[in-house]
Amino acid sequence: MTLVDTLQTSFKAVLSYRLRSLLIILAMALGVAAVVMLTALGDGARNYVINQFSSIGTNLLVVLPGRAETSGSFLGAVLGQTPRDLTLKDAQLIGRLPQVRRYAPLNVGEAELSAANRLRAVTVLGSNANLIPIRHMKLAQGSFMAQGAGSNAQIVLGAKIAKEFFPRTQAVGQRIRLGDSRFLVSGVLMSQGETMGFNTDEIVIIPIDYAQTMFNTTSLFRILIEAKSHSEIEPAKQAVLAAMKQSHDGEEDITVITQDAILSTFDRILQALTMAVAGIAAISLIVAGILVMNVMLVAVSQRTAEIGLLKAIGATSADIRRLFFAEAVLLSMAGAILGFLLGQCGSLMLRLAFPQLPAWPPAWATITGIMVALTTGVLASILPASKAAKLDAVNALGKK
Amino acid sequence: MIRLTAITRTFHMGEQAVYALNDINLQIASGEYVSIMGPSGSGKSTLLNILGLLDKPDSGCYELDEKRVTDLSETEQAQIRREKIGFVFQSFHLVPRLTAAENIELPLTLSGIPSEQRQIRVNEALQAFELKQRAQHRPAELSGGQRQRVAIARATIMQPSVILADEPTGNLDHQIGAEVMTLLENLHHRGTTLIVVTHDRELGARAHRQIGMRDGKILTDHTDDAG
Repeated sequence: MTLVDTLQTSFKAVLSYRLRSLLIILAMALGVAAVVMLTALGDGARNYVINQFSSIGTNLLVVLPGRAETSGSFLGAVLGQTPRDLTLKDAQLIGRLPQVRRYAPLNVGEAELSAANRLRAVTVLGSNANLIPIRHMKLAQGSFMAQGAGSNAQIVLGAKIAKEFFPRTQAVGQRIRLGDSRFLVSGVLMSQGETMGFNTDEIVIIPIDYAQTMFNTTSLFRILIEAKSHSEIEPAKQAVLAAMKQSHDGEEDITVITQDAILSTFDRILQALTMAVAGIAAISLIVAGILVMNVMLVAVSQRTAEIGLLKAIGATSADIRRLFFAEAVLLSMAGAILGFLLGQCGSLMLRLAFPQLPAWPPAWATITGIMVALTTGVLASILPASKAAKLDAVNALGKK
Repeated sequence: MIRLTAITRTFHMGEQAVYALNDINLQIASGEYVSIMGPSGSGKSTLLNILGLLDKPDSGCYELDEKRVTDLSETEQAQIRREKIGFVFQSFHLVPRLTAAENIELPLTLSGIPSEQRQIRVNEALQAFELKQRAQHRPAELSGGQRQRVAIARATIMQPSVILADEPTGNLDHQIGAEVMTLLENLHHRGTTLIVVTHDRELGARAHRQIGMRDGKILTDHTDDAG
């Protein structure tokens, strides 16, 4: 019996038992669709988090005062006390390191913003002109501490604040009061919405020395650093640590966090989550495989007389085995293809329902899903097919 | 040419061994018309199954066309069934989900004959057995006589040298049964060896050679002078 004839004959059998075939295909399809959709969800969540992290900067390092240590006598970081603060002088020192492209010292506080007859409390960031490019913020209008205007009392308003205070007029060039000082609005941030739980639409940015005066402090909250390239991140970290150790009398009392390290940690966690979800979905495929086996076993006993007849008219055991095998493979294949389509449709719906979530099923998961479906289908059909092939022709013919 | 030498076949009913065939020696020449008669349990169906290579004897030798077929592998036996033997069953044994034409086509498909040639031969067979109008009907839509005609068309499509018929008219009324027998006898007239198993004396008497069986043994073997 030729391969084409075998496939055609099996295909006819699949079509003849419509309801049965439909149920198996559906079971297979749901399994594959579950794998595709759940991995799309998992991978989407992973990409979402990575995008959020990436959007806060490129090749970013963050210097914190104090050192997180789980051993030794130095408990400063844990208790929130540090022997030495980070200062502007430290920031400048870091800025001179060869691995550093630019740096931005950062102070954060809260103050009252008032203009005309409006008043509200805002989050104040004190920094230098580099903050905007390092943090991937964009100005919609104006500038911040452009060259030659370094010490002016400039202020940049978040998009929402600019709208609130100057709904009808252009914000840039207006005067505004922050705390007890007067500032000139030099720029307005482009609306970016919330990233990592931090809304840049509702902040104001002022020069670092004004911020330090306003909050009456000489220490810095953070220093943000952009390394020259991705490969310079680790050297930059080491250089920063070394420079700070030297300037702090040999004491390693700062912590440097790299964006990269956080990113890869989250990447690993969410990747593992995706795999776990895919594994759970794969169980449904194995259940579907057992269903295929069960249905094929029923098919063998239903068609006992037919098998006997085929043997009588000259079918070999191998022919019979191949016929049932082909039938199971056709069913599994149809299920896998339908499941693939269902999964893609489901992922599309997810993306439509949650536009922020890039729920694209990863190729590896789709391929694995289809392969697992086909493999379980094939494995599940071995037993029924060989049972059919082994049937004794005389006994099989006797049954009706 | 069929030659059976000392064929024995036993079945086990619980502890007891039952001889379905007990030391059968039989020779049937090509083109003979033989009926095998006997009460149920006499071993006539077992003999037919062994002749059709559906069953294996426990001992003895079966030669078909000067070739020992007893020792052949399962695949080689299947090939002989395909090419040399045609079965006609009491209950027709048509595949219910296939049309009449597809049922007739089955042996050709199993032999790996290309589709175009299959269509030509099936059409010829449909014509010969007056089934043209019913080609696309499924067995459930056919009358008993039509079903058996489909079965005979299927049994003969490979132009076998031996036709084995097991109670071919058992499920048919008298008149239709006679028509079916005429069809089978026509095949015999064209040179095919025809072996019919029946317990119907009248039917058995139509054959030129009548073999009577009882308890797994050949009791009588009578050849008409005319044959």
